[in-house]
Amino acid sequence: MNLPPYAELLGITLEPRDGDAPVLVMPFGTDVLGRPGFLHGGAISGLLEVAAIVSLRHALTEEGGGRIKPVNVTVDFMRGGRDKPTHAEGIVTRLGTRVANVEAIAWQDDRSKPIAHARMNYLIARD
Amino acid sequence: MSGFNIDAFMAHRFGGHGGTLGIVYHARSDTPGSAWVELALPYADALIGDADTRVLASGPIIALMDMATSVAVWAKRDRFAPQATLDLRVDYLRPAVPGRTVIGRGECLKLTRSIAFVRGIAYDDTPDDPLAHVAGTFMLMDAQPAGGAA
Repeated sequence: MNLPPYAELLGITLEPRDGDAPVLVMPFGTDVLGRPGFLHGGAISGLLEVAAIVSLRHALTEEGGGRIKPVNVTVDFMRGGRDKPTHAEGIVTRLGTRVANVEAIAWQDDRSKPIAHARMNYLIARD
Repeated sequence: MSGFNIDAFMAHRFGGHGGTLGIVYHARSDTPGSAWVELALPYADALIGDADTRVLASGPIIALMDMATSVAVWAKRDRFAPQATLDLRVDYLRPAVPGRTVIGRGECLKLTRSIAFVRGIAYDDTPDDPLAHVAGTFMLMDAQPAGGAA
């Protein structure tokens, strides 16, 4: 799966999984720094959106593909992102004909202690 | 003792993620009742989210609006103090036009003891044709705990 230039700017890499969409990993660094010692909320949000799109593209591919247009996103920030790698995963909660509802979570050490959670709506133009 | 000097604050380039994105100060209004702060996100190939259309990714727009609304809180409080984004909602009204600088306008609607309520728009032509609308809240980290001593 090709990632866009913005994902490369964030330093995102993919960890493949059998059957499921890959998990994303974003390294800590100056390029994603907010206040000293913490990830920038914008970088966390960007990671979550890329994770959501990766999972949605994965789900769409199984149904013949389609184009994705973002409608909106709501991000909750639960914990500060510290100086360590951040993981993110998208979850397609509903894939309809025209609209997809997608969630994404980001975590560092422990998946059950997310640093941020997002909910997105996407419009889909089926191929 | 002067409060938050936005001009001095904005004379420096942003470090960290904001600097990597190329975000800079753009303008402000101090009009009572409709004060706002604007930051600019210049178009750059590295920020593209869709290689086919060359449209900017949505992530840099969130970062822009997070920062523009943050600075609006500092301007309204007339002080720079740590704050944490509690939540941020972004509606993508239309794609940003490839090649254009995106302006993010942030407003602080209300300050309580520990929360700042913000909203904003992003546009690449005029403010009456916004490409995104945001609403969010910040936790003021220097605030007294709710119910604590004043």
